[in-house]
Amino acid sequence: MTKLLSMNRRNFLQTSAAGALAGMMPGLAGSPVSAQTALTIGFIYVGPKDDYGYNQAHAEGAAVIKAMPGITLVEEENVPETVDVQKTMESMINLDGAALLFPTSFGYFDPHMLAMAAKYPDVEFRHCGGLWQEGKHPANTGSYFGYIHQGQYLNGIAAGYASKSKKIGFVAAKPIPQVLQNINAFLLGARSVDPAITCQVIFTGEWSLAVKEAEATNALIDQGSDVITCHVDGPKVVVETAAGRGAFVCGYHANQSALAKDKYLTGAEWAWGNVYTNFIKAAQSGGKLGNFVRGGLKDGFVKMSPLGPAVSAEARKKFEATLAEATAGKLSVFKGPLKDNKGNVVITADKAYAEDAIDLESMAYLVEGVVGSTS
Amino acid sequence: MTVQANDPGLSISAGSGTRIRPLLEWFARRAEAVAIGLVAILIGLALFSLFILVIGKSPVTLFQLMYTGGFGSWFSVQNSLSRAAPLLLTALCVALPARLGLVIIGGEGAVVLGGVAAAAAAMPLLGLVPPAVLFVFMGLAAMVIGGLWIGLAGFLRHYRGVNETISSLLLAYIAIALMNQFVEGPLRDPASLNKPSTRPLPAEYMMGDIPGMDVHWGLIIGILACILSWILMEATSYGFAARIAGGNVRAAQIQGLPVGKLITGFTAIAGSFAGLAGMVEVAAVQGSANASLAAGYGYTGILVAFLARHNPLAIIPVAILLGGIDASGGLIQRRMGLPDATVLVLQGTLFIVILFCETFYGRFRIFDPDLWKRSA
Repeated sequence: MTKLLSMNRRNFLQTSAAGALAGMMPGLAGSPVSAQTALTIGFIYVGPKDDYGYNQAHAEGAAVIKAMPGITLVEEENVPETVDVQKTMESMINLDGAALLFPTSFGYFDPHMLAMAAKYPDVEFRHCGGLWQEGKHPANTGSYFGYIHQGQYLNGIAAGYASKSKKIGFVAAKPIPQVLQNINAFLLGARSVDPAITCQVIFTGEWSLAVKEAEATNALIDQGSDVITCHVDGPKVVVETAAGRGAFVCGYHANQSALAKDKYLTGAEWAWGNVYTNFIKAAQSGGKLGNFVRGGLKDGFVKMSPLGPAVSAEARKKFEATLAEATAGKLSVFKGPLKDNKGNVVITADKAYAEDAIDLESMAYLVEGVVGSTS
Repeated sequence: MTVQANDPGLSISAGSGTRIRPLLEWFARRAEAVAIGLVAILIGLALFSLFILVIGKSPVTLFQLMYTGGFGSWFSVQNSLSRAAPLLLTALCVALPARLGLVIIGGEGAVVLGGVAAAAAAMPLLGLVPPAVLFVFMGLAAMVIGGLWIGLAGFLRHYRGVNETISSLLLAYIAIALMNQFVEGPLRDPASLNKPSTRPLPAEYMMGDIPGMDVHWGLIIGILACILSWILMEATSYGFAARIAGGNVRAAQIQGLPVGKLITGFTAIAGSFAGLAGMVEVAAVQGSANASLAAGYGYTGILVAFLARHNPLAIIPVAILLGGIDASGGLIQRRMGLPDATVLVLQGTLFIVILFCETFYGRFRIFDPDLWKRSA
């Protein structure tokens, strides 16, 4: 943690206002502080902008800043994590005059964005994923990311009340720390309602593989799960399949209530619009963009979908109380004593991690109550 | 396969290999391929223009943007060439077997396994050998694995009667699963938490760009591979035997040609080129093997090979053309607000029209070499 310049939304705004000179964009240097400063911003997505998931969440955030005065927005979707994304960034810089780029996919960072940042030191790059390290990565680059596992914990609370079979299901892409945090948080949320609940997880192995996602959803429901959530790039297939089978659904990435109708309980959504607005305000006022920006529910980086009609009054009460706790920054999802699903103690009784605890970022276990394996 | 059976080049070059052909005859045969190809592209663009008009946008603006984005400046040209580089090699993976009458569509599998093999081969050698030597080992590892992978599809085709199109495609899925297993398991760099990858190559061991250009060495490797493949196909007895086997397997067998070895050998060579594409991705672009290797280059290579009528030399301009279309796709999205699928519609339209125009070969007397032979 010592190496990381930890910054939440509040001190991010303070630094923005300070207006340090380093890292300032050439087109803006010396320009009067004005919300009207013309600025071309490029957004790059790895999948379709309307995937009801990861990419849509970013595109919705981009749409918020598109409405801001003086902003020209250029967007490109379905850009693979190859030399293609390097050329897309260069093309936005050379042909569109973009001065600030948001390559939003995790795999764009190394080597692609770093290569372009070295080549175009006057352009600012901000990457979604939290990989930036001070001293190691250039000053014209940076990361932003959200802590969303508390959103999955809240999903778990809604699921815990809705489940009759006491079995809930999770369709996951890959057994990496970010995904494992979400699976574990979902189960822990449900267990805060009823400690007898178990969560079965199926890994599809890919971020976007519709056929396997549908198969996994069906398999979970066949084995008795009656509430389904997921962590894949585009939850559309999971949500529609689960709702079609009559299971309840908790959303992820974006609001999927339109796909599941009354089967939609709630969902953990990104609120990138807030994050992008802060970046743009800082850029337009000639201030310094943060290099390492992170936040969760309390910072407005993450939000919950409105509760669906199937959520009981009792569930609503506990959900809202826990949401208030999270918003106040007082919720700790991962706290001891906690065992993994092989019986090993992973968090001792004296520890309770805040959502931004660095230890959580290398999570490699599934907690007790999760049925499944990371390998 | 039918494409090959109708290929006029086969019978003529077979019959005229020993004597010097008159210049006009030579020219007429090639003019046919160029003229029909160009007309097909024009018809395809015209149909695509209708599509653009129907969705209420201006085809003129679109084509202007395509030119700007693909070839309108030195930056755009380099952009197109960068995107074309891997396609040169993956197209060869389709084109070479096609000359033997096989339809191999699983080059993607050889690309990803070639990348993994290259990354694995590099690890023990880092720091011990200079970069140039390292690249040779990485390339060899990738070519051997890629060759085994696609060679297996050819082998199964001849000796077990397994359809090579299906088997190569299914092998690609297995290859991607194997790649995930390796980069998430034994070969994983423990530091790659949320994007499992092999250990990255240090900067001094990256292949880098062609001097004076912003395009990596993969382009040169790809062009050399195309030229070598053309020589192999058109100027060696192996290539000649392969083309006979592709034209008529029974005739080849009656002639005593080792059809099984030809099929296995040529599919293996084809696969080794796709494997090499994976190595270039690791050594020149990604720096490590990871899931980004499965970027679809193997599948776009199918399109390139068919558009080039499986002629290794024609692959070079076709790959650059498709690289240009790909490069301009981003600009079309950004300036015209059209979805990414627009470029796919264009590629699909071109593909269908060019395949349809295959039926015009030999229909126009002006291209008939015999006509020019007599008049000459």
